[in-house]
Amino acid sequence: MIDKTVASMADAMAGIQDGSIILLGGFGAVGQPDTLLDGLIEHGARNLTIVANNAGAHRVGLARLMEMRRVGRIVCSFPRSSSSVIFEELYRAGEIELEIVPQGTLSERIRAAGAGIGGFYTPTAVGTKLADGKEMREIDGRMMVLETALHGDVALLEAWQADRWGNLTYNKSGRNFNPVMAMAAKTTIVQAHHIVKLGQLDPEHIITPGIFVDRIYPLNGAAA
Amino acid sequence: MTLWTRTEMAARAAADIPEGWYVNLGIGMPTMVADQVSADREVIFHSENGVLGTGPAPAPEDADPWLINAGKQHVTLRTGGSYVSHSDSFAIIRGGHLDLCVLGAFEVAENGDVANWATSENDTAPAVGGAMDLAAGAKRLWVLMEHTTKDGRPKLVQRCGNPLTALACVKRVYTNMAVLDITEAGFSVVEMAPGVTREALIAATQAELIFQ
Repeated sequence: MIDKTVASMADAMAGIQDGSIILLGGFGAVGQPDTLLDGLIEHGARNLTIVANNAGAHRVGLARLMEMRRVGRIVCSFPRSSSSVIFEELYRAGEIELEIVPQGTLSERIRAAGAGIGGFYTPTAVGTKLADGKEMREIDGRMMVLETALHGDVALLEAWQADRWGNLTYNKSGRNFNPVMAMAAKTTIVQAHHIVKLGQLDPEHIITPGIFVDRIYPLNGAAA
Repeated sequence: MTLWTRTEMAARAAADIPEGWYVNLGIGMPTMVADQVSADREVIFHSENGVLGTGPAPAPEDADPWLINAGKQHVTLRTGGSYVSHSDSFAIIRGGHLDLCVLGAFEVAENGDVANWATSENDTAPAVGGAMDLAAGAKRLWVLMEHTTKDGRPKLVQRCGNPLTALACVKRVYTNMAVLDITEAGFSVVEMAPGVTREALIAATQAELIFQ
């Protein structure tokens, strides 16, 4: 019998290595797996690369992980906000490496990884400093820049409902990067608000099928 | 001379959006455009974080923590709206499916170049978000911004001095002084705010202006 639900946070985090590339779901706080982030803080892995849209807020979750000097590099589209104080401090002090990627290019690089595509040409960022040094090519009369796939070792995600096969639904704008990141990591770990019985999710309404998911951490304790 | 207020600028842009268009509004002043489109007109607003059919802000007590726009403000979903993943949301953007994107900007050049994500002297980490995808991907790009900086420097220029967001993509600019189209020949004045003179507009612009 397949059962991807884990019994403890230690089981959810098992095997995450120092130096891992972590794909982190969420857009700001919405759809961000805060409980799994706390688990990663407890787990202790260091020298991490984080791939996420934002660079954490206040002094919790991702920001706390960075404050503990556990993140060496962050790949994101929008690190700056009034509450991203930890990131700003580390960046100014030269203690964290930053790769800025346009938001759609970030999403598509992750999708390419999940879909087995090595890279793609996009019109986004042509003529800007984010295309400096990259291969350019004119396709159908338009200049395009080559971007390559962005793979994760681990994806940490948040879903609304999950069953024991790892089929997932999301809640409103909590979907965001979660489905695409689920496809692109060697190990995909999901915190889920509700565990439902296999068969309870309408197959037409499953957004992420369980083939992309390895572990489910139930936020409300007991599995169904 | 009466300059248009931010609300009047947003209303002026909203008046030019036909029913049926799919529209993305940038963070800040462009977001105000949605409030100037009356609810009975079916203009569909898209938000980068996967909301197609963004509705007005809820009353604070009705805010749903799961439903935000790209500016991370609480919003609602209008009837007929849908949610998509980031991957699909940027396929909508990059694939040319949006009729219009309205962005704010630091500078717009007379050839349609736009700079809106980083300033040259900025020492904090630059943050691009979805601006480059939107500028390159939407069918048309309008810019909504003040005509000059707070200290009076022109924002409509011959060439942008700040790092570019995208090349030659702005079609129209709405400022507090005027509405201008970007044509092969440069900035072409469509309308001026009440009492703004040609001389005042020329003095506030660091590029040639074409008056029709």
